[in-house]
Amino acid sequence: MTGDPSAQSALTDTVVPSGRTNKADDVGASQWRVAMRRLRRNPGAIIGAVIVLVFVLVALLAPVLAPFPAEALPGRAEIRPTFIPGPSDAYPLGLDRYGGDLLSKLIWGARASLLIGVLSTVIGLLGGMLLGLLAGAFGGWIDTAVMRLVDLMLSVPSLLLAVSIAAVIGQSPRAIVIAIGVVQIPIFARLLRGSMLAQRGLDYVLAASSLGLSRRTVTMSHVLPNSLGPVIVQATLMLATAVIEAAGLSFLGLGGGAPTTAEWGRMLAQAQNELEVAPRLAFLPGACIAITALGFTLFGEALREALDPKTRKR
Amino acid sequence: MTRLILQRLGLLIPTLLGLSILLFLWVRALPGGPATALLGERATPEAVERINELYGFSRPLHEQYLAWMGQLLQGNFGASTRTQQPVLEEFFARFPATIELTVVALVIAVGIGIPLGYVAARHQGRFLDQTTVVASLIGVTIPVFALAFLLKYVFAVQLGWFPSAGRLDPSMVATHPTGFYVLDGILTREWDAAWNALTHLVLPAIALGSIPLAIIARITRASVIEVQGADYVRTARAKGLRPPRLRRRVVLRNAMLPVATTIGLQVGLLLSGAVLTETVFAFNGIGSYLANAIFNLDYAVLQAFILFIAIAYTLVNLAVDVSYGLIDPRMRVR
Repeated sequence: MTGDPSAQSALTDTVVPSGRTNKADDVGASQWRVAMRRLRRNPGAIIGAVIVLVFVLVALLAPVLAPFPAEALPGRAEIRPTFIPGPSDAYPLGLDRYGGDLLSKLIWGARASLLIGVLSTVIGLLGGMLLGLLAGAFGGWIDTAVMRLVDLMLSVPSLLLAVSIAAVIGQSPRAIVIAIGVVQIPIFARLLRGSMLAQRGLDYVLAASSLGLSRRTVTMSHVLPNSLGPVIVQATLMLATAVIEAAGLSFLGLGGGAPTTAEWGRMLAQAQNELEVAPRLAFLPGACIAITALGFTLFGEALREALDPKTRKR
Repeated sequence: MTRLILQRLGLLIPTLLGLSILLFLWVRALPGGPATALLGERATPEAVERINELYGFSRPLHEQYLAWMGQLLQGNFGASTRTQQPVLEEFFARFPATIELTVVALVIAVGIGIPLGYVAARHQGRFLDQTTVVASLIGVTIPVFALAFLLKYVFAVQLGWFPSAGRLDPSMVATHPTGFYVLDGILTREWDAAWNALTHLVLPAIALGSIPLAIIARITRASVIEVQGADYVRTARAKGLRPPRLRRRVVLRNAMLPVATTIGLQVGLLLSGAVLTETVFAFNGIGSYLANAIFNLDYAVLQAFILFIAIAYTLVNLAVDVSYGLIDPRMRVR
């Protein structure tokens, strides 16, 4: 089978309001309401949500929060070849090699990461859902053809796909967004298809078709909505992957732009020459990437658990 | 079993054909077309014209594709735009370094990940288990190059326990019959060279292996927990199978199926990771070569490497499928 088995079984069980649910207050409640209730009780989910919230707020409020504009080099005069000033009153986290304020650049970097992460996941989600829907809804030769294409996409490691795309459209943040998005397409496609196939044999689908509903109605308004759970969980987890991969790709220089660009991966790449002079230049962007990814992962895992009836007893 | 392998090998052909078509079209979709790809960005119009004539880039696409495939089948993968070296040679000169690094990383990941996940599952809910869960979660979220920096800074720059770059000390003179430096040292009985190469591998391999380690530990844990509660385990226990034998033959064996899939999936990840790790540690494998090719947009190299790596990747996944058959007899029947 494709995708995560536990994520899939999450739906096959939840959507049927049978005696499966064990908590009295779960009976009759929609799967999302149940999930919300369970999320609130999960410390991991709360930590994850807080990290994500802080990250999103920092990204959105960057112009207000950051002491300096993204490309400003306010401390240019203070930089020496063997000395980069550390934290001071004017620059709370110190300066970088070019005289940029590290704090400001980290804050603007959050905005770049959020933008790349969200845009690429949207591309992956839309493309993958389209393919998965085609395969899952029609079956037969369409299914076979789509799945062959998906296998083909999966047979190319993501980094190489990213490189190929950047080669065609040039080194820019846009290349990174498209590359990461395209890499996600086959993952979402397999997940949605698997999830839809798991629904197909269920009683409520049979009931809906025996009521005389058209196949399109059954698919679009019954099977599809009930198949979305694993896809949404995966999208949350993908945001973590996207932030990490985006940093990796811009670390390799695929994002283009000036060396002073306020982007975490780019900052890390620049910092590798300063490891002995100012290690914080590498560790702070690295920590930002890791914490952001941790936030999305914690929240995504908690969401998966919340939607999984197998863990509901606890 | 043989049929399974043959079947899977048969599936390789359409995949590789599809991939070759994509790669072929890719070079033709590049800005400036394939001639620019061969000559580099600064090619003069006359040179472009000459190359177009020489390689027949003005012919119909399907003819070009067939001609290119013919070249590939004869082992001619083109030459690097930058160094003029044949790509195939460059690849095989560097491939051993990356395999060495990846294998050591994978040994670390599997050798620690599976026992860790297993022990955590046996102590489910207790301190050891919770520590493992948290640690593996953090392990997945630290970008491989950031971890590489951290290791390099702490253990090479600050403590000086390990070398910070390269595959061998520059002062070390050694012969390399195979290109696998550790193996070379052992084969030629140059023990100091083998040891030196090994110390150069430690930090990059830990950095590269950390994410797969975390993932393998998590999957093992989840899988063992699930199998432990399965009906057939209860049946086996009821029939009087002794616990050590039960754990080894029934629980562990059945729990290994998803783990095998996961290990196969890690190969692609290891490869991307290798590019980043090799860059940080100036480790001269295909990873850092690829990073350079990316940087210089050396299309001939990229085109060939993507093909090679996809073949390697597919073969590894084939090996994973075959390993299912070894682990689970039910798979052999189908």
